[in-house]
Amino acid sequence: MSLLEVVNLCQRYGERDILKNINLKVERGEVFALIGPTGAGKTTLLRLLDLIDTPTAGKIYFNGADATKSGRERLEMRRRMAFILQKPVVFNMSVYDNIAYGLKWRGIKENNIRQKVGNILDTVGLSADKDRNARTLSGGEVQRVAIARAVATEPEVLILDESTANLDPVSAAKIEELIRGIIQQHATTIIMATHDMAQGQRLADRIGVLIDGEFRQTGSPSDIFTSPRNKEVAEFIGIENILDGVITSSEDKVVIIDIGGKVIEAISDYAAGEAVSACIRPEDITVSLSKIASSARNSFSARVIRTVAMGSLSRVEIDCGFPLVCLVTKKSADELNLVKDKPVYATFKATGVHVIKR
Amino acid sequence: MTEIWQGLIKAIQLIVSLDPEVMEIAGRSLIISVASCLLASVFCLPLGGLIHFQRFPGKRTLISLIQTFYSIPTVVVGLLVFVLLSRAGPLGGLNLLYTPAAMIFGQMVLVVPILLGLTVSALSSVDKAIPDTARSLGASSLQIAVVVLKEARFAVMAAIILAFGRAISEVGLALMVGGNIRGFTRVMTTAISLETAKGDLELSLALGIILILIALIINIILNRIQQR
Ligand SMILES: Nc1ncnc2c1ncn2[C@@H]1O[C@H](COP(=O)(O)OP(=O)(O)OP(=O)(O)O)[C@@H](O)[C@H]1O
Ligand SMILES: [Mg+2]
Repeated sequence: MSLLEVVNLCQRYGERDILKNINLKVERGEVFALIGPTGAGKTTLLRLLDLIDTPTAGKIYFNGADATKSGRERLEMRRRMAFILQKPVVFNMSVYDNIAYGLKWRGIKENNIRQKVGNILDTVGLSADKDRNARTLSGGEVQRVAIARAVATEPEVLILDESTANLDPVSAAKIEELIRGIIQQHATTIIMATHDMAQGQRLADRIGVLIDGEFRQTGSPSDIFTSPRNKEVAEFIGIENILDGVITSSEDKVVIIDIGGKVIEAISDYAAGEAVSACIRPEDITVSLSKIASSARNSFSARVIRTVAMGSLSRVEIDCGFPLVCLVTKKSADELNLVKDKPVYATFKATGVHVIKR
Repeated sequence: MTEIWQGLIKAIQLIVSLDPEVMEIAGRSLIISVASCLLASVFCLPLGGLIHFQRFPGKRTLISLIQTFYSIPTVVVGLLVFVLLSRAGPLGGLNLLYTPAAMIFGQMVLVVPILLGLTVSALSSVDKAIPDTARSLGASSLQIAVVVLKEARFAVMAAIILAFGRAISEVGLALMVGGNIRGFTRVMTTAISLETAKGDLELSLALGIILILIALIINIILNRIQQR
Protein backbone atom coordinates (compact mmCIF):
# COMPACT_ATOMS: atom_id res chain seq x y z
CA MET A 1 0.00 0.00 0.00
CA SER A 2 1.33 3.42 -0.94
CA LEU A 3 1.70 5.97 1.85
CA LEU A 4 -0.04 8.57 -0.24
CA GLU A 5 -2.29 7.88 -3.17
CA VAL A 6 -4.10 10.39 -5.33
CA VAL A 7 -6.89 9.33 -7.65
CA ASN A 8 -8.37 11.52 -10.39
CA LEU A 9 -7.76 14.68 -8.43
CA CYS A 10 -9.19 17.89 -9.91
CA GLN A 11 -9.09 21.45 -8.65
CA ARG A 12 -11.10 24.29 -10.19
CA TYR A 13 -10.84 27.96 -9.32
CA GLY A 14 -13.75 29.82 -10.88
CA GLU A 15 -13.85 28.86 -14.53
CA ARG A 16 -10.32 27.52 -14.63
CA ASP A 17 -9.22 23.91 -14.23
CA ILE A 18 -5.97 24.22 -12.34
CA LEU A 19 -5.45 20.49 -11.83
CA LYS A 20 -6.86 17.96 -14.27
CA ASN A 21 -7.16 14.32 -13.29
CA ILE A 22 -4.01 13.93 -11.28
CA ASN A 23 -3.06 10.36 -10.39
CA LEU A 24 -0.08 9.73 -8.17
CA LYS A 25 1.31 7.19 -5.73
CA VAL A 26 4.09 8.02 -3.31
CA GLU A 27 5.70 5.19 -1.39
CA ARG A 28 6.96 5.37 2.18
CA GLY A 29 10.53 6.69 2.29
CA GLU A 30 10.43 7.97 -1.26
CA VAL A 31 11.64 11.39 -2.34
CA PHE A 32 9.30 12.66 -5.02
CA ALA A 33 10.00 15.90 -6.85
CA LEU A 34 7.30 17.84 -8.58
CA ILE A 35 8.78 19.98 -11.31
CA GLY A 36 7.03 22.30 -13.66
CA PRO A 37 6.93 25.88 -14.89
CA THR A 38 5.35 28.69 -12.91
CA GLY A 39 1.57 28.47 -12.74
CA ALA A 40 1.57 24.75 -13.51
CA GLY A 41 -0.34 23.97 -10.33
CA LYS A 42 2.46 22.68 -8.10
CA THR A 43 1.47 24.67 -5.02
CA THR A 44 -2.20 23.86 -5.62
CA LEU A 45 -1.40 20.13 -5.64
CA LEU A 46 0.81 20.31 -2.55
CA ARG A 47 -1.88 22.17 -0.59
CA LEU A 48 -4.33 19.42 -1.47
CA LEU A 49 -1.86 16.72 -0.46
CA ASP A 50 -1.30 18.39 2.92
CA LEU A 51 -5.10 18.47 3.37
CA ILE A 52 -5.13 22.25 3.71
CA ASP A 53 -7.54 22.71 0.80
CA THR A 54 -10.29 20.41 -0.41
CA PRO A 55 -10.33 19.28 -4.03
CA THR A 56 -13.19 19.91 -6.46
CA ALA A 57 -13.18 16.21 -7.33
CA GLY A 58 -11.08 13.12 -6.75
CA LYS A 59 -9.71 11.25 -3.79
CA ILE A 60 -6.62 11.31 -1.62
CA TYR A 61 -5.71 8.24 0.42
CA PHE A 62 -3.27 8.53 3.29
CA ASN A 63 -1.98 5.16 4.37
CA GLY A 64 -4.98 3.61 2.67
CA ALA A 65 -7.59 5.73 4.45
CA ASP A 66 -9.75 8.26 2.63
CA ALA A 67 -8.42 11.70 3.52
CA THR A 68 -11.04 13.74 1.73
CA LYS A 69 -13.46 13.42 4.63
CA SER A 70 -13.45 16.24 7.11
CA GLY A 71 -13.21 16.41 10.85
CA ARG A 72 -11.03 14.83 13.47
CA GLU A 73 -9.58 12.10 11.23
CA ARG A 74 -8.38 14.66 8.73
CA LEU A 75 -6.66 16.64 11.48
CA GLU A 76 -4.96 13.47 12.74
CA MET A 77 -3.73 12.74 9.20
CA ARG A 78 -2.55 16.31 8.74
CA ARG A 79 -0.61 15.98 11.99
CA ARG A 80 1.42 13.17 10.45
CA MET A 81 2.54 15.50 7.66
CA ALA A 82 4.24 18.88 7.51
CA PHE A 83 4.19 21.45 4.75
CA ILE A 84 6.69 24.22 4.21
CA LEU A 85 5.03 27.00 2.26
CA GLN A 86 6.56 28.57 -0.82
CA LYS A 87 6.79 31.90 0.99
CA PRO A 88 7.11 30.87 4.60
CA VAL A 89 5.92 33.24 7.30
CA VAL A 90 6.89 33.18 10.95
CA PHE A 91 4.61 33.87 13.87
CA ASN A 92 5.24 37.16 15.65
CA MET A 93 7.02 35.49 18.57
CA SER A 94 10.44 34.12 19.43
CA VAL A 95 12.29 31.68 17.18
CA TYR A 96 11.99 29.11 19.97
CA ASP A 97 8.21 29.52 20.24
CA ASN A 98 7.83 29.33 16.48
CA ILE A 99 9.49 25.93 16.46
CA ALA A 100 7.75 24.73 19.63
CA TYR A 101 4.24 25.56 18.43
CA GLY A 102 3.57 22.48 16.32
CA LEU A 103 4.54 20.31 19.30
CA LYS A 104 2.37 22.29 21.74
CA TRP A 105 -0.62 21.78 19.45
CA ARG A 106 -0.04 18.05 19.65
CA GLY A 107 -0.15 18.21 23.45
CA ILE A 108 3.48 17.17 23.95
CA LYS A 109 4.99 17.71 27.41
CA GLU A 110 6.91 20.90 28.05
CA ASN A 111 10.32 19.35 28.92
CA ASN A 112 10.02 17.02 25.95
CA ILE A 113 9.39 20.04 23.73
CA ARG A 114 12.37 21.87 25.17
CA GLN A 115 14.68 19.00 24.34
CA LYS A 116 13.36 18.50 20.81
CA VAL A 117 13.45 22.19 19.96
CA GLY A 118 16.97 22.44 21.38
CA ASN A 119 18.18 19.66 19.09
CA ILE A 120 16.52 21.13 16.01
CA LEU A 121 17.90 24.59 16.76
CA ASP A 122 21.38 23.05 16.71
CA THR A 123 20.71 21.24 13.45
CA VAL A 124 19.59 24.37 11.63
CA GLY A 125 22.22 26.53 13.30
CA LEU A 126 19.87 28.96 15.03
CA SER A 127 20.64 28.18 18.69
CA ALA A 128 22.09 31.63 19.23
CA ASP A 129 18.94 33.26 17.89
CA LYS A 130 16.37 31.27 19.82
CA ASP A 131 15.09 34.19 21.90
CA ARG A 132 14.98 36.66 19.02
CA ASN A 133 11.64 37.68 17.59
CA ALA A 134 11.35 35.63 14.42
CA ARG A 135 10.07 38.67 12.51
CA THR A 136 13.58 40.16 12.66
CA LEU A 137 15.19 37.22 10.80
CA SER A 138 16.58 37.36 7.26
CA GLY A 139 14.95 35.49 4.38
CA GLY A 140 17.31 32.53 4.60
CA GLU A 141 16.92 32.35 8.37
CA VAL A 142 13.12 32.40 8.05
CA GLN A 143 13.42 29.50 5.61
CA ARG A 144 15.47 27.61 8.20
CA VAL A 145 12.93 28.32 10.97
CA ALA A 146 10.21 27.06 8.64
CA ILE A 147 12.12 23.84 8.04
CA ALA A 148 12.95 23.44 11.73
CA ARG A 149 9.33 24.04 12.71
CA ALA A 150 8.14 21.38 10.28
CA VAL A 151 10.83 18.82 11.11
CA ALA A 152 10.27 19.28 14.86
CA THR A 153 6.89 17.59 14.50
CA GLU A 154 8.64 14.48 13.14
CA PRO A 155 6.36 14.15 10.13
CA GLU A 156 5.98 10.96 8.14
CA VAL A 157 5.59 13.09 5.03
CA LEU A 158 7.45 16.35 4.58
CA ILE A 159 6.13 18.58 1.82
CA LEU A 160 8.42 21.33 0.55
CA ASP A 161 7.31 24.04 -1.87
CA GLU A 162 10.31 25.56 -3.67
CA SER A 163 12.27 25.87 -0.45
CA THR A 164 15.41 27.09 -2.19
CA ALA A 165 13.86 29.49 -4.68
CA ASN A 166 14.43 33.20 -4.01
CA LEU A 167 17.63 32.49 -2.08
CA ASP A 168 21.19 33.29 -3.07
CA PRO A 169 23.22 30.25 -4.26
CA VAL A 170 25.06 29.84 -0.94
CA SER A 171 21.91 29.91 1.22
CA ALA A 172 20.15 27.67 -1.28
CA ALA A 173 22.97 25.15 -1.06
CA LYS A 174 22.76 25.24 2.76
CA ILE A 175 19.03 24.57 2.68
CA GLU A 176 19.52 21.76 0.20
CA GLU A 177 22.16 20.25 2.48
CA LEU A 178 19.66 20.44 5.34
CA ILE A 179 17.04 18.64 3.26
CA ARG A 180 19.57 16.01 2.26
CA GLY A 181 20.36 15.50 5.95
CA ILE A 182 16.68 15.00 6.76
CA ILE A 183 16.36 12.48 3.94
CA GLN A 184 19.34 10.49 5.19
CA GLN A 185 18.63 10.63 8.94
CA HIS A 186 14.92 10.16 9.22
CA ALA A 187 13.97 8.33 6.02
CA THR A 188 11.09 10.79 5.84
CA THR A 189 8.88 10.59 2.79
CA ILE A 190 9.43 13.82 0.92
CA ILE A 191 7.34 15.55 -1.71
CA MET A 192 9.00 18.66 -3.03
CA ALA A 193 8.11 21.17 -5.69
CA THR A 194 10.89 22.83 -7.59
CA HIS A 195 11.38 24.41 -10.95
CA ASP A 196 15.03 23.50 -10.80
CA MET A 197 15.48 20.28 -12.77
CA ALA A 198 19.03 19.91 -11.47
CA GLN A 199 17.82 20.02 -7.86
CA GLY A 200 15.26 17.36 -8.67
CA GLN A 201 18.05 15.23 -10.14
CA ARG A 202 20.21 15.72 -7.07
CA LEU A 203 17.59 14.90 -4.45
CA ALA A 204 14.73 12.89 -5.89
CA ASP A 205 14.11 9.19 -6.43
CA ARG A 206 11.32 10.01 -8.81
CA ILE A 207 10.19 13.11 -10.66
CA GLY A 208 6.79 14.13 -11.95
CA VAL A 209 6.68 16.83 -14.60
CA LEU A 210 3.56 18.94 -14.07
CA ILE A 211 2.62 21.23 -16.95
CA ASP A 212 -0.73 22.99 -17.22
CA GLY A 213 -2.21 20.98 -14.37
CA GLU A 214 -1.34 17.59 -15.81
CA PHE A 215 1.45 15.09 -15.28
CA ARG A 216 3.18 14.98 -18.66
CA GLN A 217 5.77 12.48 -17.51
CA THR A 218 6.68 10.64 -14.33
CA GLY A 219 9.84 8.64 -13.91
CA SER A 220 13.36 8.44 -12.52
CA PRO A 221 15.44 11.60 -12.86
CA SER A 222 17.77 10.04 -15.42
CA ASP A 223 14.79 8.74 -17.36
CA ILE A 224 13.28 12.19 -17.64
CA PHE A 225 16.59 13.85 -18.25
CA THR A 226 17.63 11.57 -21.09
CA SER A 227 14.26 10.60 -22.56
CA PRO A 228 11.63 13.29 -22.25
CA ARG A 229 8.41 11.88 -23.59
CA ASN A 230 7.20 14.97 -25.40
CA LYS A 231 8.20 18.38 -26.61
CA GLU A 232 6.90 20.34 -23.61
CA VAL A 233 8.84 18.19 -21.17
CA ALA A 234 11.92 18.44 -23.37
CA GLU A 235 11.62 22.21 -23.43
CA PHE A 236 11.07 22.42 -19.70
CA ILE A 237 14.10 20.32 -18.76
CA GLY A 238 16.34 22.62 -20.77
CA ILE A 239 16.75 20.96 -24.12
CA GLU A 240 17.03 24.06 -26.24
CA ASN A 241 17.34 22.44 -29.64
CA ILE A 242 14.10 20.81 -30.68
CA LEU A 243 13.98 20.30 -34.43
CA ASP A 244 10.87 19.08 -36.20
CA GLY A 245 11.37 16.64 -39.07
CA VAL A 246 10.37 13.36 -40.67
CA ILE A 247 12.16 10.02 -40.56
CA THR A 248 13.18 9.09 -44.09
CA SER A 249 14.84 5.79 -43.40
CA SER A 250 15.42 3.42 -40.52
CA GLU A 251 17.90 0.59 -40.27
CA ASP A 252 18.84 -1.23 -37.08
CA LYS A 253 17.47 1.66 -35.02
CA VAL A 254 19.66 4.13 -36.87
CA VAL A 255 17.30 6.64 -38.39
CA ILE A 256 17.80 9.46 -40.85
CA ILE A 257 15.68 12.52 -40.07
CA ASP A 258 14.97 15.16 -42.68
CA ILE A 259 14.94 18.59 -41.05
CA GLY A 260 13.73 20.91 -43.80
CA GLY A 261 16.30 19.68 -46.33
CA LYS A 262 19.17 18.91 -43.93
CA VAL A 263 19.49 15.39 -42.62
CA ILE A 264 20.65 14.21 -39.22
CA GLU A 265 21.30 10.74 -37.92
CA ALA A 266 19.86 9.50 -34.69
CA ILE A 267 19.06 6.34 -32.75
CA SER A 268 15.35 5.55 -32.47
CA ASP A 269 12.74 2.81 -32.62
CA TYR A 270 10.47 4.83 -34.86
CA ALA A 271 9.94 3.74 -38.46
CA ALA A 272 10.35 5.67 -41.71
CA GLY A 273 7.58 8.15 -42.38
CA GLU A 274 7.11 9.09 -38.70
CA ALA A 275 6.87 12.82 -37.90
CA VAL A 276 9.26 13.44 -35.02
CA SER A 277 11.16 16.08 -33.07
CA ALA A 278 14.89 15.71 -32.66
CA CYS A 279 16.15 16.96 -29.28
CA ILE A 280 19.78 17.89 -28.93
CA ARG A 281 21.26 19.21 -25.67
CA PRO A 282 23.39 22.34 -26.22
CA GLU A 283 26.22 20.81 -24.20
CA ASP A 284 26.33 17.75 -26.48
CA ILE A 285 27.36 19.79 -29.53
CA THR A 286 31.01 20.40 -30.30
CA VAL A 287 31.91 23.64 -32.05
CA SER A 288 35.17 23.75 -34.01
CA LEU A 289 36.85 25.80 -36.73
CA SER A 290 37.67 22.87 -39.01
CA LYS A 291 35.80 19.68 -39.67
CA ILE A 292 36.81 17.17 -37.00
CA ALA A 293 37.46 13.57 -37.84
CA SER A 294 35.52 11.59 -35.30
CA SER A 295 32.93 8.84 -35.05
CA ALA A 296 30.23 11.49 -34.63
CA ARG A 297 27.81 11.07 -37.52
CA ASN A 298 26.41 14.56 -37.62
CA SER A 299 28.63 17.37 -38.77
CA PHE A 300 27.44 20.63 -40.28
CA SER A 301 29.13 23.73 -41.51
CA ALA A 302 27.55 26.77 -39.91
CA ARG A 303 27.81 30.45 -39.19
CA VAL A 304 27.81 32.05 -35.75
CA ILE A 305 24.78 34.21 -35.11
CA ARG A 306 25.82 35.40 -31.67
CA THR A 307 27.71 34.42 -28.57
CA VAL A 308 26.62 35.26 -25.03
CA ALA A 309 28.80 34.64 -21.96
CA MET A 310 27.06 32.83 -19.08
CA GLY A 311 29.52 32.54 -16.20
CA SER A 312 32.13 29.95 -17.06
CA LEU A 313 30.21 28.89 -20.17
CA SER A 314 29.30 30.60 -23.40
CA ARG A 315 26.04 30.11 -25.23
CA VAL A 316 26.64 30.13 -28.96
CA GLU A 317 23.78 30.38 -31.44
CA ILE A 318 24.67 29.13 -34.89
CA ASP A 319 22.91 28.63 -38.20
CA CYS A 320 23.57 25.41 -40.09
CA GLY A 321 20.52 25.49 -42.29
CA PHE A 322 18.55 25.08 -39.09
CA PRO A 323 19.26 27.00 -35.89
CA LEU A 324 21.28 25.35 -33.14
CA VAL A 325 22.21 26.51 -29.67
CA CYS A 326 25.51 25.20 -28.34
CA LEU A 327 27.27 25.49 -24.99
CA VAL A 328 31.03 25.75 -24.93
CA THR A 329 33.38 26.79 -22.17
CA LYS A 330 34.07 30.49 -21.99
CA LYS A 331 37.74 29.69 -22.51
CA SER A 332 37.27 27.83 -25.78
CA ALA A 333 34.79 30.43 -27.02
CA ASP A 334 37.52 33.02 -26.55
CA GLU A 335 40.14 30.82 -28.20
CA LEU A 336 37.88 30.11 -31.18
CA ASN A 337 36.95 33.80 -31.33
CA LEU A 338 33.29 33.04 -32.04
CA VAL A 339 32.20 36.41 -33.41
CA LYS A 340 29.17 36.99 -35.60
CA ASP A 341 29.32 35.34 -39.09
CA LYS A 342 32.42 33.31 -38.20
CA PRO A 343 32.30 30.03 -40.16
CA VAL A 344 32.39 27.00 -37.84
CA TYR A 345 31.57 23.31 -37.73
CA ALA A 346 28.98 21.82 -35.40
CA THR A 347 29.36 18.16 -34.58
CA PHE A 348 27.23 15.82 -32.47
CA LYS A 349 26.78 12.07 -32.11
CA ALA A 350 23.76 10.15 -33.31
CA THR A 351 23.37 8.94 -29.71
CA GLY A 352 23.23 12.55 -28.57
CA VAL A 353 19.93 13.03 -30.40
CA HIS A 354 16.79 12.11 -28.51
CA VAL A 355 13.86 11.45 -30.85
CA ILE A 356 10.28 12.02 -29.74
CA LYS A 357 7.13 11.45 -31.72
CA ARG A 358 5.19 14.58 -32.61
CA MET B 1 -11.49 86.00 33.85
CA THR B 2 -9.82 85.95 37.27
CA GLU B 3 -12.65 83.76 38.46
CA ILE B 4 -11.67 81.13 35.88
CA TRP B 5 -7.99 81.35 36.84
CA GLN B 6 -8.84 80.98 40.50
CA GLY B 7 -11.07 78.03 39.63
CA LEU B 8 -8.26 76.41 37.69
CA ILE B 9 -5.79 76.84 40.52
CA LYS B 10 -8.26 75.41 43.00
CA ALA B 11 -8.97 72.54 40.65
CA ILE B 12 -5.28 71.67 40.50
CA GLN B 13 -5.15 71.88 44.28
CA LEU B 14 -8.07 69.45 44.45
CA ILE B 15 -6.21 66.97 42.26
CA VAL B 16 -2.83 67.35 43.97
CA SER B 17 -4.36 67.02 47.43
CA LEU B 18 -6.20 63.90 46.28
CA ASP B 19 -9.53 65.41 47.29
CA PRO B 20 -11.83 62.56 48.43
CA GLU B 21 -14.78 63.62 46.30
CA VAL B 22 -12.72 64.09 43.12
CA MET B 23 -10.96 60.77 43.67
CA GLU B 24 -14.19 58.98 44.40
CA ILE B 25 -15.87 60.23 41.21
CA ALA B 26 -12.81 59.59 39.02
CA GLY B 27 -12.39 56.14 40.53
CA ARG B 28 -16.01 55.26 39.86
CA SER B 29 -15.70 56.43 36.25
CA LEU B 30 -12.64 54.26 35.73
CA ILE B 31 -14.16 51.19 37.37
CA ILE B 32 -17.40 51.42 35.38
CA SER B 33 -15.71 51.98 32.03
CA VAL B 34 -12.99 49.38 32.57
CA ALA B 35 -15.62 46.87 33.64
CA SER B 36 -17.87 47.58 30.66
CA CYS B 37 -14.99 47.31 28.19
CA LEU B 38 -13.56 44.13 29.67
CA LEU B 39 -16.98 42.49 29.85
CA ALA B 40 -17.75 43.53 26.28
CA SER B 41 -14.32 42.20 25.17
CA VAL B 42 -14.99 38.83 26.76
CA PHE B 43 -17.70 38.14 24.25
CA CYS B 44 -16.72 40.45 21.38
CA LEU B 45 -13.33 38.79 20.83
CA PRO B 46 -14.71 35.26 20.35
CA LEU B 47 -17.71 36.61 18.46
CA GLY B 48 -15.43 38.66 16.20
CA GLY B 49 -13.38 35.50 15.64
CA LEU B 50 -16.52 33.60 14.73
CA ILE B 51 -17.57 36.28 12.24
CA HIS B 52 -14.08 36.34 10.72
CA PHE B 53 -13.47 32.60 10.47
CA GLN B 54 -16.92 31.39 9.48
CA ARG B 55 -18.28 31.69 5.99
CA PHE B 56 -21.96 32.56 5.88
CA PRO B 57 -24.32 34.47 3.61
CA GLY B 58 -24.64 38.15 4.46
CA LYS B 59 -21.24 38.34 6.13
CA ARG B 60 -20.25 41.55 4.35
CA THR B 61 -23.59 43.15 5.12
CA LEU B 62 -23.27 42.23 8.80
CA ILE B 63 -19.82 43.80 8.95
CA SER B 64 -21.01 47.05 7.33
CA LEU B 65 -23.95 47.10 9.72
CA ILE B 66 -21.59 46.76 12.68
CA GLN B 67 -19.45 49.58 11.31
CA THR B 68 -22.50 51.78 10.93
CA PHE B 69 -23.04 51.55 14.68
CA TYR B 70 -19.51 52.80 15.51
CA SER B 71 -20.82 56.32 15.91
CA ILE B 72 -24.32 55.68 17.23
CA PRO B 73 -25.25 58.66 19.47
CA THR B 74 -24.85 57.82 23.14
CA VAL B 75 -28.27 59.20 23.98
CA VAL B 76 -29.86 56.74 21.55
CA VAL B 77 -28.15 53.85 23.33
CA GLY B 78 -29.22 55.50 26.61
CA LEU B 79 -32.81 55.60 25.44
CA LEU B 80 -32.69 51.95 24.39
CA VAL B 81 -31.21 50.79 27.68
CA PHE B 82 -33.61 53.04 29.61
CA VAL B 83 -36.58 51.43 27.90
CA LEU B 84 -35.17 47.97 28.54
CA LEU B 85 -34.54 48.58 32.23
CA SER B 86 -37.45 50.83 33.13
CA ARG B 87 -40.12 49.39 35.41
CA ALA B 88 -42.42 48.56 32.48
CA GLY B 89 -39.59 47.32 30.24
CA PRO B 90 -38.62 43.70 29.57
CA LEU B 91 -35.77 43.80 32.14
CA GLY B 92 -37.64 46.07 34.58
CA GLY B 93 -37.90 43.29 37.14
CA LEU B 94 -34.15 43.43 37.74
CA ASN B 95 -34.50 46.91 39.26
CA LEU B 96 -31.26 48.03 37.67
CA LEU B 97 -32.17 51.50 36.50
CA TYR B 98 -30.08 54.27 38.18
CA THR B 99 -27.41 51.83 39.38
CA PRO B 100 -23.74 51.42 38.32
CA ALA B 101 -24.75 48.04 36.86
CA ALA B 102 -27.12 49.78 34.47
CA MET B 103 -24.32 52.11 33.41
CA ILE B 104 -21.93 49.21 32.82
CA PHE B 105 -24.60 47.44 30.79
CA GLY B 106 -25.30 50.60 28.78
CA GLN B 107 -21.61 51.22 28.04
CA MET B 108 -21.22 47.60 26.96
CA VAL B 109 -24.00 48.10 24.43
CA LEU B 110 -22.30 51.31 23.33
CA VAL B 111 -18.84 49.80 22.70
CA VAL B 112 -19.88 46.43 21.28
CA PRO B 113 -19.96 47.67 17.64
CA ILE B 114 -16.49 49.24 17.88
CA LEU B 115 -14.99 46.22 19.60
CA LEU B 116 -16.62 43.74 17.27
CA GLY B 117 -15.88 45.67 14.08
CA LEU B 118 -12.28 46.47 14.95
CA THR B 119 -11.66 42.88 16.09
CA VAL B 120 -12.89 41.57 12.74
CA SER B 121 -10.73 44.02 10.82
CA ALA B 122 -7.73 43.27 13.06
CA LEU B 123 -8.14 39.56 12.30
CA SER B 124 -8.53 40.10 8.58
CA SER B 125 -5.37 42.19 8.43
CA VAL B 126 -3.36 39.14 9.52
CA ASP B 127 -1.39 37.60 6.62
CA LYS B 128 -3.39 34.78 5.02
CA ALA B 129 -0.30 32.58 5.22
CA ILE B 130 -0.46 32.58 9.05
CA PRO B 131 -3.58 30.39 9.35
CA ASP B 132 -2.27 28.21 6.49
CA THR B 133 1.03 27.75 8.30
CA ALA B 134 -0.73 26.92 11.55
CA ARG B 135 -2.97 24.41 9.78
CA SER B 136 0.01 22.80 8.07
CA LEU B 137 1.73 22.43 11.44
CA GLY B 138 -1.25 20.50 12.79
CA ALA B 139 -3.36 23.15 14.51
CA SER B 140 -7.07 22.46 14.99
CA SER B 141 -9.60 25.12 13.95
CA LEU B 142 -9.69 26.52 17.48
CA GLN B 143 -5.88 26.53 17.73
CA ILE B 144 -5.72 28.38 14.41
CA ALA B 145 -8.16 30.99 15.70
CA VAL B 146 -6.05 31.49 18.82
CA VAL B 147 -2.85 31.90 16.83
CA VAL B 148 -4.44 34.41 14.44
CA LEU B 149 -5.85 36.35 17.41
CA LYS B 150 -2.36 36.35 18.91
CA GLU B 151 -0.91 37.73 15.67
CA ALA B 152 -3.54 40.48 15.78
CA ARG B 153 -2.99 41.15 19.49
CA PHE B 154 -1.76 44.73 19.10
CA ALA B 155 -4.61 45.74 16.83
CA VAL B 156 -7.10 44.07 19.19
CA MET B 157 -5.57 45.90 22.17
CA ALA B 158 -5.92 49.14 20.26
CA ALA B 159 -9.59 48.31 19.70
CA ILE B 160 -10.17 47.76 23.42
CA ILE B 161 -8.46 51.02 24.30
CA LEU B 162 -10.49 52.94 21.72
CA ALA B 163 -13.64 51.39 23.18
CA PHE B 164 -12.54 52.47 26.65
CA GLY B 165 -11.98 56.00 25.39
CA ARG B 166 -15.49 56.11 24.02
CA ALA B 167 -17.00 54.66 27.21
CA ILE B 168 -15.27 56.96 29.71
CA SER B 169 -15.95 60.14 27.75
CA GLU B 170 -19.64 59.68 27.00
CA VAL B 171 -22.21 61.53 29.07
CA GLY B 172 -25.71 61.05 27.64
CA LEU B 173 -26.00 57.40 28.49
CA ALA B 174 -24.50 57.69 32.00
CA LEU B 175 -26.94 60.45 32.82
CA MET B 176 -30.02 58.68 31.46
CA VAL B 177 -29.50 55.28 33.06
CA GLY B 178 -27.26 56.27 35.97
CA GLY B 179 -28.92 59.47 37.06
CA ASN B 180 -25.81 61.23 38.52
CA ILE B 181 -26.66 60.13 42.07
CA ARG B 182 -24.00 61.50 44.39
CA GLY B 183 -21.81 58.79 45.89
CA PHE B 184 -23.49 56.10 43.81
CA THR B 185 -23.70 56.73 40.09
CA ARG B 186 -22.02 60.09 39.71
CA VAL B 187 -19.13 59.83 37.24
CA MET B 188 -16.78 62.45 35.80
CA THR B 189 -18.81 63.38 32.75
CA THR B 190 -22.16 63.61 34.52
CA ALA B 191 -20.60 65.56 37.35
CA ILE B 192 -19.08 68.07 34.94
CA SER B 193 -22.27 68.57 32.98
CA LEU B 194 -24.47 69.06 36.04
CA GLU B 195 -22.17 70.62 38.67
CA THR B 196 -20.99 73.35 36.32
CA ALA B 197 -24.54 74.61 36.05
CA LYS B 198 -24.77 74.60 39.87
CA GLY B 199 -21.65 76.76 40.08
CA ASP B 200 -19.15 74.19 41.38
CA LEU B 201 -16.60 75.22 38.79
CA GLU B 202 -13.54 73.90 40.66
CA LEU B 203 -14.86 70.34 40.86
CA SER B 204 -15.80 70.40 37.18
CA LEU B 205 -12.43 71.75 36.13
CA ALA B 206 -10.57 69.20 38.23
CA LEU B 207 -12.55 66.36 36.69
CA GLY B 208 -12.07 67.88 33.23
CA ILE B 209 -8.32 67.92 33.71
CA ILE B 210 -8.36 64.29 34.81
CA LEU B 211 -10.38 63.35 31.71
CA ILE B 212 -7.88 65.13 29.49
CA LEU B 213 -5.03 63.31 31.24
CA ILE B 214 -6.78 60.00 30.63
CA ALA B 215 -7.22 60.90 26.94
CA LEU B 216 -3.51 61.75 26.81
CA ILE B 217 -2.52 58.42 28.36
CA ILE B 218 -4.78 56.56 25.93
CA ASN B 219 -3.11 58.32 23.03
CA ILE B 220 0.36 57.52 24.26
CA ILE B 221 -0.54 53.85 24.67
CA LEU B 222 -2.13 53.73 21.21
CA ASN B 223 0.95 55.27 19.64
CA ARG B 224 3.15 52.75 21.40
CA ILE B 225 0.99 49.90 20.13
CA GLN B 226 0.96 51.17 16.59
CA GLN B 227 4.73 51.35 16.56
CA ARG B 228 5.01 47.60 17.25
N1 LIG C 1 -7.02 30.49 -4.60
C1 LIG C 1 -6.91 30.66 -5.93
N2 LIG C 1 -7.88 31.28 -6.65
C2 LIG C 1 -7.78 31.43 -7.98
N3 LIG C 1 -6.74 31.01 -8.71
C3 LIG C 1 -5.73 30.38 -8.07
C4 LIG C 1 -5.76 30.19 -6.65
N4 LIG C 1 -4.63 29.54 -6.30
C5 LIG C 1 -3.92 29.37 -7.43
N5 LIG C 1 -4.58 29.87 -8.50
C6 LIG C 1 -4.12 29.84 -9.89
O1 LIG C 1 -3.79 28.51 -10.20
C7 LIG C 1 -2.65 28.45 -11.05
C8 LIG C 1 -1.63 27.52 -10.45
O2 LIG C 1 -1.11 28.11 -9.29
P1 LIG C 1 -0.01 27.43 -8.41
O3 LIG C 1 0.31 28.36 -7.31
O4 LIG C 1 -0.43 26.07 -8.03
O5 LIG C 1 1.21 27.35 -9.44
P2 LIG C 1 2.71 26.87 -9.18
O6 LIG C 1 2.96 25.72 -10.08
O7 LIG C 1 2.92 26.62 -7.74
O8 LIG C 1 3.54 28.12 -9.68
P3 LIG C 1 4.89 28.77 -9.09
O9 LIG C 1 6.02 27.96 -9.63
O10 LIG C 1 4.88 30.14 -9.64
O11 LIG C 1 4.79 28.72 -7.61
C9 LIG C 1 -2.16 29.88 -11.20
O12 LIG C 1 -2.57 30.35 -12.45
C10 LIG C 1 -2.85 30.63 -10.08
O13 LIG C 1 -3.12 31.95 -10.46
MG1 LIG D 1 4.02 27.49 -6.31
